[in-house]
Amino acid sequence: MKTNEIANENADQNPDRARIARFARRKQINRIALTLSLAAMLFGMFWLAWILWETLRLGLGSLSMAMLTQSTPPPNEPLGEGGLANAIMGSLLMVALATFVGAPIGILSGVYLAEYDPRGKLAMIIRFVNDLLLSAPSIIIGLFVYAVMVVRFKAFSGWAGAVALALIVIPVVIRTTENMLMLIPAGLREAAYALGAPKWKVITRITLTAARAGVLTGILLAVARISGETAPLLFTALNNQFWNFGLDGPTANLPVTILQFAMSPYENWQQLAWGGVFLITMAVLGLNILARVLSRKK
Amino acid sequence: MYAPLSSFPRRLLSDALADRLFGLLARLAALITLALLLGILLSLIVGAWPAIHQFGPGFLTHNAWDPVKEDFGGRVMIYGTLATSIIALAIAVPVSFGIALFLTELSPAWLKRPLGTAVELLAAVPSIVYGMWGLMVFGPVLARYVQQPMQSLLGDVPFLGALVSGPPVGIGILSAGIILSIMIIPFIASVMRDVFEVTPPLLKESAYGLGATTWEVIWKIVLPFTKTGVLGGIMLGLGRALGETMAVTFVIGNMNQLNSISLFEPANSITSALANEFAEAAPGLHQASLIYLGLVLFLITFVVLTFSRLLLMRLQKNEGMSV
Repeated sequence: MKTNEIANENADQNPDRARIARFARRKQINRIALTLSLAAMLFGMFWLAWILWETLRLGLGSLSMAMLTQSTPPPNEPLGEGGLANAIMGSLLMVALATFVGAPIGILSGVYLAEYDPRGKLAMIIRFVNDLLLSAPSIIIGLFVYAVMVVRFKAFSGWAGAVALALIVIPVVIRTTENMLMLIPAGLREAAYALGAPKWKVITRITLTAARAGVLTGILLAVARISGETAPLLFTALNNQFWNFGLDGPTANLPVTILQFAMSPYENWQQLAWGGVFLITMAVLGLNILARVLSRKK
Repeated sequence: MYAPLSSFPRRLLSDALADRLFGLLARLAALITLALLLGILLSLIVGAWPAIHQFGPGFLTHNAWDPVKEDFGGRVMIYGTLATSIIALAIAVPVSFGIALFLTELSPAWLKRPLGTAVELLAAVPSIVYGMWGLMVFGPVLARYVQQPMQSLLGDVPFLGALVSGPPVGIGILSAGIILSIMIIPFIASVMRDVFEVTPPLLKESAYGLGATTWEVIWKIVLPFTKTGVLGGIMLGLGRALGETMAVTFVIGNMNQLNSISLFEPANSITSALANEFAEAAPGLHQASLIYLGLVLFLITFVVLTFSRLLLMRLQKNEGMSV
């Protein structure tokens, strides 16, 4: 205490001492700020670890062969009876259809933005709107498809669900395709043009081929994104307790089934919901990691 | 004999045709994006029209949701959406800043990539997983270890006591806000990290050369230089939080009430009202009112995301000039 007071007194008189004291305080602040930054990083990792741990713990516990082979059971069946097979099937069908419809449209739009009109006004507007759609609430897409398909055909259907998912695929694929095409050196294109190749051949045979790993990454990320999407399916595909291969009428799907089962008070349903959550999480994380590996190879 | 010769111009012709066709196709595909945005806006306005006509702009502040008497107002849901998003931002912004600071300035080089990937994986986890985890795991923990101690501590304090009242089940505005914050941290953090990394090294090195500490370089050099980008990232996170559906639907409780200001009382948000009621709503005023809510949500997120995009674009322009 006494030495402190002396130091303070001296500090007033001696500018060097004052500077040293200030330096010590600045270093202190620095240390506190950097510690907080480390804490923030740990905070973020903590949630990821917790969520993955609970998904593994509760999901693995409810995994069984029946889950993959039997269709969704009525409530209050004994545990282990019934599964999610019809929901998995419906989800796979809709995701596949949405990808087959959405990816080509996304790739073509990406080609337009990168190859036909890279600096034009129209391209700038489209790019802007695409970025908005990329982050727009997905439940709004559901409302839109409800208005244009479900109301028109007077029925919920797997087709409507697939269209809603396709509308989410398109912006993701546009974005990655454009970015990847922009990375292709201009010399490659010019060489092909100089040999007399028409533009469509240059694009399909040269630039898209050169960028195929990146484009594929974009498609994988889009598939990962729609595999877990629930909101756009709520009022398009709805849900179904039974098999539906034709996609006409309400179609069972994994996300909406999980929602319905998790919110229910029945133990067998809740357990199946955890199994479904486990499947979706593994699929989505797996696709994401695959996409990363693919894009890093280049 | 002349076949090769005569096929030559024909091939040119078909190539030109194919070129035209391909270009047209690409253009059409690109225009789908614009059509989609306009289509969404139009379909929402048309769908909401009966409710817009009936209630007008007063709908936004009217506190009622009665499908039997056909009296609707969006106050509870709009309050829920805004309150959860504000809580989410209040937590996510400082944490994201810390993560971006760690990733750009502190982390050893070999850890940067795995940590960055881990943060991005947090964004890839589907929202239904967050919702399920929030309802079954996080909610009870929050009620037991946060709400109950706070109730016994603050129960008799006038304002704060009301803030933490309610049944201890871990459902309500606060748990929804916390889960939203976890979901938007990766978005804000990765934008912040990216813009921090574009700060010219010369600028930072000059400050270090003058004896600035790491914190001073970040706070007084990097942050002022990248503030538009940082704000853009925050707006992106806000846009995400406003429109998030499943995670909120699971934990907010879905009760159309605003009787207490408690953060632990079941409430509702625009997205969870849509998710819960829309498929079963009778066509007519009930459905139109829900679409009206959707329109409000779309317009708010549209403005927020546009703002975010403009800010980020401005940073890119500056970047081009200074490098």
